[in-house]
Amino acid sequence: MAIFQARTWLCRSFSTLSSKPLHVCVVGSGPAGFYTAEKMLKEHQEAQVDIIDRLPTPFGLVRSGVAPDHPDTKIVINQFSRVAQHERCSLFGNVTLGSSVSLSELRELYHVVVLAYGAESDRSLGISGENLKGIHSAREFVWWYNGHPDARNFNPDLKSTDTAVILGQGNVALDVARILLRPITELAMTDISNHALAALEESSIRKVYLVGRRGPAQAACTAKELREVLGIHNLDIKIQETDLLLTPADEEELKYSRIQRRVYELLSKAATSKPAHAGLNQRELHFVFFRKPDSFQESKDRIGYVSSVRFEKTVLQGVGPRKQAAVGTGQFEDTICGLVLKSIGYRSIPVHGLPFDNQRGIVPNNKGRVLSDASGNPTLFEEGLYVCGWLKRGPTGIIATNLYCAEETVSSISEDLNKGVLVSPSSTLPKQGGEDLRQLLHDRNVKTVSFSDWEKIDSEEKRRGSTINKPREKLATWEELLKTASG
Amino acid sequence: MLNSRIARAGAWMVKELSRRKSISNYRAGYTQRINGQYLHPPWSSTRLGLGGMFQKPQYLSTVATNNTSEEGSEQKTISVTFVDKDGEEKQINVPIGMSMLEAAHENDIELEGACEGSLACSTCHVIVMDVEQYNKLEDPTDEENDMLDLAFGLTETSRLGCQVIAKPELDGIRLAIPAATRNFAVDGHVPKPH
Repeated sequence: MAIFQARTWLCRSFSTLSSKPLHVCVVGSGPAGFYTAEKMLKEHQEAQVDIIDRLPTPFGLVRSGVAPDHPDTKIVINQFSRVAQHERCSLFGNVTLGSSVSLSELRELYHVVVLAYGAESDRSLGISGENLKGIHSAREFVWWYNGHPDARNFNPDLKSTDTAVILGQGNVALDVARILLRPITELAMTDISNHALAALEESSIRKVYLVGRRGPAQAACTAKELREVLGIHNLDIKIQETDLLLTPADEEELKYSRIQRRVYELLSKAATSKPAHAGLNQRELHFVFFRKPDSFQESKDRIGYVSSVRFEKTVLQGVGPRKQAAVGTGQFEDTICGLVLKSIGYRSIPVHGLPFDNQRGIVPNNKGRVLSDASGNPTLFEEGLYVCGWLKRGPTGIIATNLYCAEETVSSISEDLNKGVLVSPSSTLPKQGGEDLRQLLHDRNVKTVSFSDWEKIDSEEKRRGSTINKPREKLATWEELLKTASG
Repeated sequence: MLNSRIARAGAWMVKELSRRKSISNYRAGYTQRINGQYLHPPWSSTRLGLGGMFQKPQYLSTVATNNTSEEGSEQKTISVTFVDKDGEEKQINVPIGMSMLEAAHENDIELEGACEGSLACSTCHVIVMDVEQYNKLEDPTDEENDMLDLAFGLTETSRLGCQVIAKPELDGIRLAIPAATRNFAVDGHVPKPH
């Protein structure tokens, strides 16, 4: 009996010793990063997952992208927090890939590195006048009202003009329009940053144009967001009824897309309905279709500032099955405005040593496995290096898209582990993962922010919010964030 | 018919109330601190899924539990079968008035619920496997349809698990959890940002 017990004990301790941890580093703590971490922890009992993020705050665009008046969308933070608090998971905030630690260093310390750092830059139009003052990317504007520390000094001028043009008709464009047009009393109850609330309170913007290159059958927004913007109090909605005429090609497109069909129906209903106060409201939202930006004109009174956008009218041309592109007609018109927000797409930025497809703005990959060559051999992989989220598939999709995206990347990792690709016995030095990373960052004097440090920021933000009837007031400067985290 | 409508409306109201309560409970749980300790942690720690120790969201139950039942009558439940991504079936008993999302989580069935039933995501998408059962459900609201627009592998009998509430007529209902990866790879549907 005693021998039997001793033997089971021995077996057990042996098995603990033999199941060496699998060190995994996820770069980026947004939805793609957290879903990847969650799935790695569930599928691999030996996995130790470290999540690094360049900000002192986790959750990526759930914190700095999702609009302040969409609190329900942010509830997913609860789930991500449970992942971060898992015993085999650690958060290293305030750690920048490329400067705090290099990609090659991470790959030496970890068996698996998953890059999920998203898209922190913007696509550009590449047209004349794009650098004039008063023209911004929607991303900066969103970061600003969401209290991103890099946008604290963004300060868009909302007082010198009554007209804003938003280029693009996706959900980000609709978010931005809604924030510009929603009654301030409604925004004041959200977690919108106080600096933005103050600026919006003094805003003189009364008229907003949402401009798309194609028609209402191709609008890129979702029904929920559209319904919301159409329902804003005391707002006149303007849509040209002639724009709503459908060609047979449009009808074909709508037949196959439930979401586009529902968006189109909402737009048609808005165009034809005549609400009680129509025409009497102070604020207007214009949906403008079939217009492509051609150039920006400089103001004659305010040197260096934008005064109007020149649009070229477009028509649609079939370019594939159920796919139409906008082509210019050579007819132009100017729209006078003092503020332009470009909502035409985000763009990922590569780091040193990372293969990158400049044309598509993504890391070349096969189901999440990073390919060594952006154009050439599709079978040559970067061992142990994976991507997930926007860096993998481009800047589209909702939070849930990352769930499926992470599932795909994690199953690629699992396949490679089963094949024995990742944990090679030939490596001379055993990988230590987080232990060594901590040492390396300590030596470089990088102050990391752990999940419990973030909880200090979190409760301070909630405390500040509670005094002014908001769910939270975000700490919007690097100094405050780091000070509170270390307090 | 009218009775069941009223019952359903009642269940919905209870559900709404409890949802709000559970959200405010969560917020309170996070902000009330004594000596640096969180008072009531918003989650219980139950095992979830494949042995990973994740703490689970604690939904406030939408129905009275057995021992608080006033008439002393036994609690009514219906039989629900979930068919998971790999085709494996699990049959559970769900109390009348409880949503399929809550029921799944109480029974360790892996159904995502990113927004915890607040109609702000599509992750608890389920497919009602029998058209007749599907027809017994009230039509989805605009808000639910807005979310279903974004669900992967949408079918004619798709619903959000958080909006399907157990009622006697649904006894024996079978719900499939869509195989996400396959849909993602094949269908190529690209929803737009949040």
